Amino acid sequence: MNASFLLDGQPVPFEEGQSVLAAARKAGRYIPHLCWRHDFPAHGSCKLCVVKIGGRMVSACATPAQDGLQVESASLELLDHRRELVGMLFAEGNHFCPSCEKSGNCELQALAYELESLSPRHNLFFPDRPVDASHPEILLDFNRCIFCELCVRASRDVDGKDIFSLTGRGIAKHLVVNAESGRLADTDISPGDLAANICPVGVILHKRRGFAVPIGERLYDEATIGERDLAAAGGESE
Amino acid sequence: MLTDSPDAAHPSADQSRAIDSATAEALARHRSDSTRLLQILIETQDRLSWLPPRAITQLAAGLGLSRARVEGVAGFYSFLHMRPVGRYRVLFADNIVEEMQGSRALMREFCRQLWVEPGKLSEDGLLSVDVTSCIGMGDQGPSLLVNGTTIPALTQERIGLIAELIRNRTPVGDWPPELFHVEDNVRRRDMLLDSGVAPGDALRRAVAQGRDGLMAALKDSNLRGRGGAGFATWRKWEFCRQAAAPETGARAIVCNADEGEPGTFKDRLLLTRYADLMFEGMTLAAFAIDAKQGFLYLRGEYRYLRDRLEATLARRRRDGLLGRSILGVEAFDFDVEIHLGAGAYVCGEETALIESLEGKRGTPRIRPPFPVTHGYLGRPTSVNNVETLALATLIAARGGETFAQCGTPQSTGTKLLSVSGDCARPGVYEFPFGVTIAEVLDACGASNTQAVQLGGAAGITLAQDEFSRRIAFEDAPTAGAFMVFDQTRDMFAVARNFVRFFAHESCGFCTPCRIGTALLRDCLDKLADGHGSPLDLAEIERLDRLLQATSHCGLGQAAANPVLDGLRKFRKAYEARMLHADFQPAFNLDAALARARQMTGRDDASAHLP
Repeated sequence: MNASFLLDGQPVPFEEGQSVLAAARKAGRYIPHLCWRHDFPAHGSCKLCVVKIGGRMVSACATPAQDGLQVESASLELLDHRRELVGMLFAEGNHFCPSCEKSGNCELQALAYELESLSPRHNLFFPDRPVDASHPEILLDFNRCIFCELCVRASRDVDGKDIFSLTGRGIAKHLVVNAESGRLADTDISPGDLAANICPVGVILHKRRGFAVPIGERLYDEATIGERDLAAAGGESE
Repeated sequence: MLTDSPDAAHPSADQSRAIDSATAEALARHRSDSTRLLQILIETQDRLSWLPPRAITQLAAGLGLSRARVEGVAGFYSFLHMRPVGRYRVLFADNIVEEMQGSRALMREFCRQLWVEPGKLSEDGLLSVDVTSCIGMGDQGPSLLVNGTTIPALTQERIGLIAELIRNRTPVGDWPPELFHVEDNVRRRDMLLDSGVAPGDALRRAVAQGRDGLMAALKDSNLRGRGGAGFATWRKWEFCRQAAAPETGARAIVCNADEGEPGTFKDRLLLTRYADLMFEGMTLAAFAIDAKQGFLYLRGEYRYLRDRLEATLARRRRDGLLGRSILGVEAFDFDVEIHLGAGAYVCGEETALIESLEGKRGTPRIRPPFPVTHGYLGRPTSVNNVETLALATLIAARGGETFAQCGTPQSTGTKLLSVSGDCARPGVYEFPFGVTIAEVLDACGASNTQAVQLGGAAGITLAQDEFSRRIAFEDAPTAGAFMVFDQTRDMFAVARNFVRFFAHESCGFCTPCRIGTALLRDCLDKLADGHGSPLDLAEIERLDRLLQATSHCGLGQAAANPVLDGLRKFRKAYEARMLHADFQPAFNLDAALARARQMTGRDDASAHLP
């Protein structure tokens, strides 16, 4: 017998050990996420995948699917929370979409469109985050960092280089690189590393490749982030 | 001391040698064990006064960790410094009760006397002055930390003396000892503080009765955790015992002495006068769940207690109450080591505490799995509060039934309360559970009370019509804080202090807490500046809902409490700060010119906008 849970009233089958998010995605049901990737363990920090189970809000990425669970995801309440979270991320960093190389390929921007979070609701923090252009191949623009830690995890767990880390705390938390000088040029990152290609926003950019694909023809210009996510899910192995 | 270094990034040859010897010694003392990174960082900083870039690099190399990871850990803790700090580092406690007793004015006066600005290093590199979260001296404030050591009971005179000692560059070790004297302030004793249980009493009885007898007594007592959540202690130990351990005895007992909740200081008393009860409780836990390793996670603010605690541990080892074959029982091996925190409230959360014990950033883990199955280094771990462990000793010595007769059926035994604020007799009170707020107020000599903040910043604000409520898990729960505010106090200022606290202490892991606490702080600042409007109140309520619903751990979930309670019960204090317009921008043209006025030294009429 196949085990299943209910997502907004519709049954979703799952395999033992799958999270609510992963099972929903395999079943063609999109739950927004920023820090989660199918080939990494759940991180649970962005909170975009917040769902309601038994009256409690939980992260769908970190909640194991169980037979008979009733999961609420598409309610107004949750949509409102997700909009607020995306709005907060825009307020926290310095996000200037029109001049950003990642525009159209950026998950944060695409998610804002998906959730129809189109104008800022908060005073912007305007943090001072100088860019690091020291490396010949790779540019770091910390202004756009959303602290998903995908680069940290990829470098540590896949590349085996431990090039990125977060330091500081609270709103002063920030990304640093593995060099006493603090410069990316003094690390052993290379453009082929997973960490150099995993950023969902525009922090880690490859130099001399600006706007190779014109705005208007990019990933999320052609399809929404939800559609892309579900299409990708079909081709992934667990 | 490296504070004279003109260029932190390029130390001289002498400074490099000092750095290298400090890091080498710290590494050697801890056998280059990366789980001890936080302790290594603290000890390195003890020698160098801060953590220069070269020290981080050396430590990373010695531990086989990436430099970035070490920098990540060092940057997490408030008491670790990645930039040069003064030879004297003075931190005034930012506890609301002490703020109301004039701590801010004392800090301003202190800064004036020494010509230094808060938050900045003095130009001669001599000192830095700043604020820090509550240091557990709410009953004898205002208080401060100087180079990590506590000085309570600040007055104009004592501030003047401290300024004089610093001006004369007297080493802190040579300061008059009476400056550092901390009172116990025990105001009411009951079954725990008056128990008379001698070291070893409870252990001998437990060994005689066996593990089942000990667990039965705990179960009969219905002891629930005193750290706040109120989980049944016997059940936690049972789960931990049943969880599969990688090898025999590879379980851990952790005593949570990270008493960081603002307004709480009852563990300070237990650590000072009743440490045997606590250590014996840990040993009983080890006996019950078959653990060999124990940790006392002592908050950095209580560092002044460390030597005494080490001496108690040494005595217990000599007396056969710790170490190998405890009380002569074969294979009953258990010992405790003290780990220091370094200024991070969130490490009071048990999974963050475990991360910190493992030498990492104090970020709460995803739960489940819970520590009882996957805790310290993935082993089954029981994390218990200081008071819970002391009570377990009492129960093991005297049986569970006497204990269960005290208190209420769901909240048995007594509770230690840290009473501070507007009352005649602040201090530690031991009351049976079920005591009403009014009875505590009466006992501590409070009058004209407007509100009681129960359970600290993360707790609840009780107004007058709630003073008949009872302190108990099923009614008004508290981990120990009981802050009294009389009619003259501004409850908006109370909430603002707490919100500032949460923004400062957020670990920054999850989006809602990292950004939400900062936004909430800014909202209250806007109100305090007189620019609030009804729209801001709506905004605050929206942020509160999000924080409660989506935060990763209790810190973010609780961060909204003081404001939610405040808006519901003391709305007038908020409305008094409002303009009548629906919306008012935070930006103020005239205020924006303040910096220009400061730079030009002008403050005349034409330097202001009309």
